[in-house]
Amino acid sequence: MTDAAELQARTRALLAAHPPATTDRTEFLRARFDAGLAWVHYPAGLGGLDAPRALQAVVDAELAAAGAQDNDPRRIGIGLGMAAPTLLAYGSDEVKSRFLKPLWTGEEVWCQLFSEPGAGSDLAALGTRAVRDEATGDWIVDGQKVWTSSAHTARWAILIARTDPEQPKHRGITYFVCDMTDPGVEVRPLRQITGEAEFNEVFLTGVRIPDAHRLGEVGDGWRVAQTTLMNERVSIGGARIPREGGMIGKAAGVWRDRPDLRTHALHRRLLDLWVDAEVARLTGERLRQQLVAGQPGPEGSAMKLGFARLNQAISGLEVELLADEGLLYGDWTMVRPDLVDFTGRDAGYRYLRSKGNSIEGGTTEVLLNIVAERVLGLPPEPRNDKDVPWKDLAR
Amino acid sequence: MTRQPDLLYSDTEDDLRAAVRSLLADRADPQAVLGRIEEPSPYLPGLWEALAGGIGAAGLLVPEKLGGQGASHREAAVVLEELGRAVTPAPYLTSSVVATETLLALAADSGPAADLLAALASGERVAVLALPFSTAPRKPGDPERRVPAVADAVAADVLLVPRPDGLYAVDAADAAVTRQSSLDLTRPLAVVDTRDATGVRLAGTEAGRAAVRRGLLAGAGLLASEQLGLAEWCLEETVRHTKERYQFNRPVGSFQALKHRMAHLWLDVVGARAAARAAADALAAGAIDAELTVSVAQAYCSGVAVRAAEECVQLHGGIGMTWEHPAHLALKRAKADQLALGSTGHHQDTIATLTDLPSPS
Ligand SMILES: Cc1cc2nc3c(=O)[nH]c(=O)nc-3n(C[C@H](O)[C@H](O)[C@H](O)COP(=O)(O)OP(=O)(O)OC[C@H]3O[C@@H](n4cnc5c(N)ncnc54)[C@H](O)[C@@H]3O)c2cc1C
Repeated sequence: MTDAAELQARTRALLAAHPPATTDRTEFLRARFDAGLAWVHYPAGLGGLDAPRALQAVVDAELAAAGAQDNDPRRIGIGLGMAAPTLLAYGSDEVKSRFLKPLWTGEEVWCQLFSEPGAGSDLAALGTRAVRDEATGDWIVDGQKVWTSSAHTARWAILIARTDPEQPKHRGITYFVCDMTDPGVEVRPLRQITGEAEFNEVFLTGVRIPDAHRLGEVGDGWRVAQTTLMNERVSIGGARIPREGGMIGKAAGVWRDRPDLRTHALHRRLLDLWVDAEVARLTGERLRQQLVAGQPGPEGSAMKLGFARLNQAISGLEVELLADEGLLYGDWTMVRPDLVDFTGRDAGYRYLRSKGNSIEGGTTEVLLNIVAERVLGLPPEPRNDKDVPWKDLAR
Repeated sequence: MTRQPDLLYSDTEDDLRAAVRSLLADRADPQAVLGRIEEPSPYLPGLWEALAGGIGAAGLLVPEKLGGQGASHREAAVVLEELGRAVTPAPYLTSSVVATETLLALAADSGPAADLLAALASGERVAVLALPFSTAPRKPGDPERRVPAVADAVAADVLLVPRPDGLYAVDAADAAVTRQSSLDLTRPLAVVDTRDATGVRLAGTEAGRAAVRRGLLAGAGLLASEQLGLAEWCLEETVRHTKERYQFNRPVGSFQALKHRMAHLWLDVVGARAAARAAADALAAGAIDAELTVSVAQAYCSGVAVRAAEECVQLHGGIGMTWEHPAHLALKRAKADQLALGSTGHHQDTIATLTDLPSPS
């Protein structure tokens, strides 16, 4: 059993062998992975040491104190939060050792080819086809995906496709790893509300995927996707933030710096939101403490819902607070950014981009359904799509 | 870096919760509470002795050398969560928290304050602070000799009376205590008149004022736990009811309009738990940001409790409006608690001051 003292010693040995000040960032990250200090709860040889997840904090604190560079979790969020746990749970040994290391070091970025024009909240309705080539055993994929974040920077994708249209929708889906450099993959920027193209349309035409890149059984892709989606929702709330650490700090800063902009009505709203933000911070802290104590609660879904509402309300207030400046917008040029940067941008961008927080990763409405049914145990709504073959569904 | 509070419950706290919950299930179920709200006294016979003396809940904040349990605000908060769940008529918040903390702030190892503390800790006597229940910790205001809306004064043996020249302990028998008809039937209010009573001087002006502020601060901080417990009960009852109630050939809880409202309430309760725990922990630790944390908890939890109780009444339909159903007890308690120990507005003003977010000049 690996304990805190041992991890501390291992971290110090890593730092001694690869001093952060003089070591190339990627080289340092590779060494960290090889030392089992990337994600300590992962298996030995795959970046971890089979240690309790809570002990990652010990390693991170040591590394932060030594000024070591991190692997930029925001830029590789989809790989880290969603692809990795799914690869770990369903990948073969070869798949795991091929993909996990460059995923973690950020040398290979991942994207998620799930949503389609006709399948968003109702993801299981998707129509992208994967047909087996009997001669080679490969899969040939045709279809269209949409709103795919980072497809333009991604080397690999997690993909779900329909392999049996005769089955009811949840039963005919299979899960794959897709090579984004395959000639059949075409990525077109999809401009969004902010003027930028952070997400994309992805057209898949005769894309050939080897059977070795299938995760889980044929037809069992929905279950595999559940692993991905569950991890998507709990991946928030990891880091400790100080009071006023989030977006509220921006609004509070404007309030302090610009007495000329203050009104009584805005003051009330600012204080309401200040309290909400502080309570959200405490809720995140409580969730973290529960995880460390090995008693994870369902509060993870509360975090995502609360974060969306709060970001939207605070950024809206900030635009109003800024008065004439709020009427301006930084830059409408269409660019294809690597990541979402709330704190580095202006209030107008924050206002517009935060509208996506209640849509991406499951809409607020869908997550409220999940809370109501899985946390509170309220009865499901009657459904008429469960036993009908996918090909006969209305669309 | 902000201090990281301990926001979980310890095993001891869980044990204490279980003991209080089972006592209340036995002796203070909703029917028992409903049965007494129109009696001259809403307090249930024998309950206080069992809770305060039997379980030892009254002395949690009092050090062992003064006759108490030597526990902390964290444990007292758990007791209040349970009392809030059951909307229990008991002078716990007023005597075992506000009055007790006021006396503790006088730091007396012997003398009348210490003697009184020991009597409060055992539950043998009940004391309340003779200030209106709405008094905020920051602005106790100028004490009057005839004070309206004093909570639980009708249960008090001793009144703690702030006067211009100091803080006094007045025997309740020497004062005129006149019951008022209160919105919250389970926490009766009274007009307290101590003009004709002398009492014993416990502290001078400044020490007395500081002690009163301290008592009110602890009260406001732990009131958040009462509000949390109440909100949680309202949500659980509403979920239970809407799962069982059929209309349109379906449980009404399967309609999405209702599910989303209950899911929102759950989110509010999750936040209220973090906020209330943070306040209890900050008080227990004597944290430097205790006042801010208490005001955050009050500004948040008051609204959550009221919303939960209002939703409870609405989603119970006609049953929610009937006297026989306990939903109205929760609503009345929640609405009164919103004003108790400083309104949301008062606490927001405190937050504005402490965080340097001033109102427009
Ligand atoms: C910024 C951003 C990035 C994204 N990145 C990716 C990505 O990388 N990969 C990917 O696969 N997808 C991505 N998405 C897509 C995202 O997952 C979907 O947009 C989302 O699941 C909603 O689906 P939809 O857009 O089809 O909306 P719809 O499902 O059409 O929903 C329309 C409205 O109906 C509501 N609704 C739908 N069903 C129900 C129901 N059962 N009960 C109540 N209300 C309901 C919704 O809440 C919404 O308000 C991204 C989206 C955004 C905004």
